[in-house]
Amino acid sequence: MELYQQTIEELHKALTEKKIKPKDILDSVYQRVDAVDHKVKAYLLVTKELAYTMAATAEDRLMKNENVTELTGIPIGLKDNMCLEGVPTTCAAKMLAGYRPPYTATVLKKLTAAGAVFTGKLNMDEYAFGSSTENSSFFPTHNPWDLERVPGGSSGGSAAAVSADMCIASLGSDTGGSIKQPASLCSVTGFKPTYGRVSRYGLIAFASSLDQIGPMTKTVRDNAIMLKHIAGADENDSTSAAINIPNYLKDIKTDVKGLRIGLPEEYFIDGIQKEVKEAMQAAIEVYKKLGAQIVKVNLLHTDYAVDVYYVVAPAEASSNLARFDGVQYGLRDTAAQNMIDMYKRSRQQGFGKETKRRIMLGTYVLSSGYYEAYYKKAQKVRALIKQDFDEAFKKVDILLTPTSPTTSFKIGEKSGDPLTMYLSDIFTIAPNLAGLPGMSIPCGFDEKNLPIGMQLLAKPFGEQDIFNAANAFQYATDWHTRRPKI
Amino acid sequence: MAITKKDVEYIAHLSRLEITEEEKVMYTEQLSNILEHVNKLQAVNTDKVEPMIYAIEMKNVMREDVVKPSLDKQKVFAAAPSIENNGFKVPKII
Repeated sequence: MELYQQTIEELHKALTEKKIKPKDILDSVYQRVDAVDHKVKAYLLVTKELAYTMAATAEDRLMKNENVTELTGIPIGLKDNMCLEGVPTTCAAKMLAGYRPPYTATVLKKLTAAGAVFTGKLNMDEYAFGSSTENSSFFPTHNPWDLERVPGGSSGGSAAAVSADMCIASLGSDTGGSIKQPASLCSVTGFKPTYGRVSRYGLIAFASSLDQIGPMTKTVRDNAIMLKHIAGADENDSTSAAINIPNYLKDIKTDVKGLRIGLPEEYFIDGIQKEVKEAMQAAIEVYKKLGAQIVKVNLLHTDYAVDVYYVVAPAEASSNLARFDGVQYGLRDTAAQNMIDMYKRSRQQGFGKETKRRIMLGTYVLSSGYYEAYYKKAQKVRALIKQDFDEAFKKVDILLTPTSPTTSFKIGEKSGDPLTMYLSDIFTIAPNLAGLPGMSIPCGFDEKNLPIGMQLLAKPFGEQDIFNAANAFQYATDWHTRRPKI
Repeated sequence: MAITKKDVEYIAHLSRLEITEEEKVMYTEQLSNILEHVNKLQAVNTDKVEPMIYAIEMKNVMREDVVKPSLDKQKVFAAAPSIENNGFKVPKII
């Protein structure tokens, strides 16, 4: 087995036994990138020089046996919306082409402190607006399982890179499903932690009451390693939570006897692809055999989640994106003669279609006369959606649902119709509005050999419950070990 | 609620976006469709519901008001489209 195919755990063992060096892993990963990324196009930027410097530092730490963590020497890919000082960070937006941030995101500082190696910046939908990575200003990313199809989005590059073995793990960010949905479409393990679990400092903001960074990995166990290293309160993000972080991997279980798994009736509806339904049924059977208790629950306001989201998220985005005004950074129209024209023209040239659509939608629902009817109304229904989950978690420990109603779709298939595209996130949006932690793990393939994922949800800060349930599933099945042939 | 082309022009102005004629037509249709879908929310009874602002319970975070170093000025200016005398340069405002 090549080094690039291995997990964090396997590589860490080999590193500490001095069988390999960080440079060997990096050589192997870049050899893979050179061989397949011209087909997948997951990377916006490969940071070879930086990576080899970081690998040398890791090697030094391993040699001296100082500050060695599970991530020391492990090559990790980064979604391109996390600031890394001096390294181009674009959010896949023409507006930020060539932008080099003057500071580093907290998560990347934490990974650096752990001795990780950054392989490069991964493609995404511009500003994370999308579910297919087709909205990237630069180029679309292709699904490694079928190159004519999308990898999902917005963390499509992060999912595709792990799936195609072009990094050992990656970071994504999730607002309405941007980690979980691509993880499902590419057959990787993707985790959106509880809102507040991971610092957002240095993450280019989309919707501040929803955004959360999370790990994308080959296994649940690797994911537990990654989350432990990036979680925690941060004085630079006042929404980050000062809540004890368990040692997720050490505490992980494979026994789910007596675990109460809830199936929300509203998530098993008509319109879900037949094979996705069958894979869910098979997964439920796996859990039953493992001794879990299956309970039917109801989440009555599910049907309103997409509508709430498409008011709240664009509203927050329109406000967050006001900062792109051509003054402090980013693209500027130099021909404009006055300030207002300079703003308008710079933003016209720098923003893509979907970005402009969301800014205008957000501006509209916040504008005088419509604020009460749209924004405030949506916030109230959001509270009802959260109450549904609170009630459900009185009866169950975990909720199990499909991650996405369908497997991957063809590039171009939905890009002309924003509303249809928005609906591909129906199962991930409601739990995100409630701030819940949620993971997507591989649970099967359809007739075209396209991956299917299932979503596991827990109450706020119940990440360990999800790791336990997901780990038990990966012990009992081998879906997560399958890799695309490219 | 259907949005008119005039509405789109007004929203674009509020959003500080200069949009083309073609975009006006496209966004008029698309925003109308999205808002029509979203109008479903009006049917939900929310009389006794407080609006939810944060995803999880939050309390105000306080800290001592002490001076700390800020970002390096030269690094910040390096990313700016136009600077002059230690400041961001912009077109004439008044």
